[in-house]
Amino acid sequence: MGVAATANEGNAHIHIPHKEGFLTKYVFSQDHKMISKQFLVTGLVMALVGMGMSTLFRLQLGWQGESFAILKWILGDVWAPDGILSPDKYLALVTMHGTIMVFFVLTGGLSGTFANLLIPLQIGARDMASGFMNMLSYWFFFLASVIMIASIFVEGGPASAGWTIYPPLSAIPETIPGSGTGMTLWLVSMTIFIASSLIGGLNYIVTIINLRTKGMKMTRMPLTIWAILVTAILGVLSFPVLLAAALLLVFDRSFGTSFYLSDIMVQGQLLDVSGGSPVLFQHLFWFLGHPEVYIVLLPALGISSEVIATNSRKPIFGYRAMIVSILAIGFLSFIVWGHHMFITGMNPFLGAVFTFTTLLIAIPSAVKAFNYLTTLYKGRIIFTPAMLFAIGTVSTFVTGGVTGIILADSALDINLHDTYFVVAHFHIVMGMSAVLAMFAGIYHWFPKMYCKMMNNKLGYVHFWLTFISAFGVFLPQHFIGLAGIPRRYYENTAFPMFDDMLELNQLVTWFAILGAVAQLLFVFNFLFSIFKGQRAPQNPWKSNTLEWTTPVEHIHGNWHGALPTVHRWPYDYSKPGADEDFIPQTVPLAEGEVDEGAGYGH
Amino acid sequence: MITFLIYAVIFLGVAALVRLAMVYQASKELRGEREENVSASENSWNAILFIVFMIALYAGYIYLIFEYSDALLPKAASAHGFKEGSIYSIDALMNINLVVVNIVFVVINTLLFFFAFKYVREKRETAEFFPHNNKLELFWTIIPSIFLAFIIIFGLTIWNNVMDADKEVLAADGSVVEPVVIELYARQFDWHARYAGADGELGMANVRYIEGSNQTGVMKNDPNSLDDIIVKSEFHLPVNVPVKFKIRSQDVIHSAYMPHFRAQMNAVPGMNTQFTFVPTITTNEMRQDPKVMRKYEKINLIRSEKGEDQVEFDYILLCNKICGASHYNMQMKIVVESQEDFDKWLSSKKTFGDSEGLTTKSKKVDNKLAENLEIN
Repeated sequence: MGVAATANEGNAHIHIPHKEGFLTKYVFSQDHKMISKQFLVTGLVMALVGMGMSTLFRLQLGWQGESFAILKWILGDVWAPDGILSPDKYLALVTMHGTIMVFFVLTGGLSGTFANLLIPLQIGARDMASGFMNMLSYWFFFLASVIMIASIFVEGGPASAGWTIYPPLSAIPETIPGSGTGMTLWLVSMTIFIASSLIGGLNYIVTIINLRTKGMKMTRMPLTIWAILVTAILGVLSFPVLLAAALLLVFDRSFGTSFYLSDIMVQGQLLDVSGGSPVLFQHLFWFLGHPEVYIVLLPALGISSEVIATNSRKPIFGYRAMIVSILAIGFLSFIVWGHHMFITGMNPFLGAVFTFTTLLIAIPSAVKAFNYLTTLYKGRIIFTPAMLFAIGTVSTFVTGGVTGIILADSALDINLHDTYFVVAHFHIVMGMSAVLAMFAGIYHWFPKMYCKMMNNKLGYVHFWLTFISAFGVFLPQHFIGLAGIPRRYYENTAFPMFDDMLELNQLVTWFAILGAVAQLLFVFNFLFSIFKGQRAPQNPWKSNTLEWTTPVEHIHGNWHGALPTVHRWPYDYSKPGADEDFIPQTVPLAEGEVDEGAGYGH
Repeated sequence: MITFLIYAVIFLGVAALVRLAMVYQASKELRGEREENVSASENSWNAILFIVFMIALYAGYIYLIFEYSDALLPKAASAHGFKEGSIYSIDALMNINLVVVNIVFVVINTLLFFFAFKYVREKRETAEFFPHNNKLELFWTIIPSIFLAFIIIFGLTIWNNVMDADKEVLAADGSVVEPVVIELYARQFDWHARYAGADGELGMANVRYIEGSNQTGVMKNDPNSLDDIIVKSEFHLPVNVPVKFKIRSQDVIHSAYMPHFRAQMNAVPGMNTQFTFVPTITTNEMRQDPKVMRKYEKINLIRSEKGEDQVEFDYILLCNKICGASHYNMQMKIVVESQEDFDKWLSSKKTFGDSEGLTTKSKKVDNKLAENLEIN
């Protein structure tokens, strides 16, 4: 409590003497650094679960209908009778994989970890605006995670209607086993998750707007903070719409309304529903769903900007253009949701509008890609593991992004919609970019989080195996999609025309296994380094940003004594005339020196 | 017992690994090596690996393109999908897009990996302080914008043409060819196709009318229903005649996906959707297509290795929206043939009136009931 109350008192000599028990320090902590670690560990556990699920269903897709002892061992007789995954449980795994990865890993885990860690440290604040709300945000997230995992074990299995839970499939329990208790728990979990996300997001926005230290103008904020700010705004504006959509679905499921249902007969039973529209749900869902893509991606791009600039020993190229791109992407993400719905029977004119707005996003995205390249150009690159992952992020962002141009074109989407081409596209551009950036962030800020260093060599092996398997898994999936194979198919053997893709599916599965095994290296490195890693120095990467001016050991309030004063933008790397190749933001401008962030066009 | 042994081995393995890592860590401390100081050899090796990776990536990609070019969808069998000598088709748009997209993919990735290789610390005295350049940034804002403007205009022209449900085809004598009207009816987990029959009008239908053999809920007292023809598992289309699909669902959302015709539209309960296309290649002609023949040769080779039946090319309608446990096997065969063969096939089928034993055509439709039910 004390920290929150004094958070804005920049000059107060901060030392808050209060006793900390185990509970207040490690469990119900209100310190943003501890909450960040809690988000990270929860997110990583969820990531392992989500990845494990994908490996299991990849076994089925690689060797369709073959029996695996490991499936029987892990999933049991109900899910995998005779070691063969059952069709409805295949859909359950796919659904849970998507839900966990999109919401619990890449939204909660990624934003939760780095927003909490970096906002106060990089803007020079004692803590978040409200430490208590911050703690609530984590515990809501934790509760949502527990409920989502628990839903796997209920009768009928977890939600199985795809992570997009389109009704009527998600609304009527008779249509698929997972739409019973499992779906109810999914909705409960997501409601709590959204509450967590809103509480956290509001806190992030308020903190960034109000608690910047002296001299930390908006145009001197690191790009990570800009990305997190826009991400939080997107979340606060779009998650309530998903909440509304979910609540209406709860009404349809439990209280006899028909918001999304009309003229339906299931298993010979005519349902007493009329006048609703399943397409309404899709509009509401994707009004969140598309900004959600950028809620996942923007923090990833923020992290990679920071890591690439630091390790290229160069300023990020086009700082202002990067900010404008983030804002443009954020704005556009709200008016493109219809590109998920070109073939729902929506008016073709609307389809045309959404094609137009969607393709506009390629412009700020292209600007970002070129700016990353120019940042590397004539740099002096140091390949820390974080740097490798950040470069990997740029590669997957571009590789997955370009196929977006094809899918955004409504005419081309007719034939590619819901095929593996889409799966390949969004896994590379959103999934892989965000995952690689999350690793970049972990390797880069591990010293700040755990006061220890991670092992570089293991980091290198981890990166190369992960990067290779990212392309190994998703590059062939473009071909599988172009052959016309729909996603969410339990097997393709019902269609002889897809028989020649079986081999390719095996290849994909092999790479998926390689990728999964590679993550064990990371888990080992992570855990080992927390306990036995080298002790971190104060500024291991010779970085300019404020978090590296804090003491290595964590203290409440972050800085001994007064808060630092900021004099320059965060990217003065290799500035001519300076003694070293970096100038921290706290160093006053020399006489006649121009602050690059303060504005160009001069 | 064996399970216990496995766990024990895993546990001991991890413990040994931890000990090993600790010894390694200690030796590192003794040598004074710090994790934050990336060594020259580590740095150079990673730079080289980026180039190695790039070459492997492109080699793999090129291999996939050559190895699997036959396995991809053949040229489109509909007028909007592919038109000889015209760029106004989905396939032409796709090809232009693919060319551009591949150029961007290769150029940017190559620059990225090459810069990573070239500007590595070991080869550089200092980094260049190069924070921004307005002209350069303007340049790479404008170039993508121009390209996208082109793609948008081109794409939307085709989109408007494809989505026109009243496409007309002119016969040799200049008269308009009458379209064939077909309702595709989706439910868990099969399809029905209903032909409008001689009158060219589908009878009204609603799930409320489903009973007995009337599986798709066709309204019996609508005179238009009597000559409707309902088929399962296989339906036929006449070549070069517009086919107007009306699409309906009984339970959940399905999607009528006909990949060879570059056609897809969702089947949404409580709502009528539509899609019109003109099939241009008969099933038999497609079976003679060299690319298709190569694809099926390979498929039959794989199938004979597995001891499965040999197959021939067929057009197919499949469900492409997750709809339940058997979503993966919800299909219907499509046969495209000449008008004469089509007429012969259709006339061999029973009409709805015949199969339901409805003989009088005098029954009048109950308009009021129809309005109340918002009948399709």
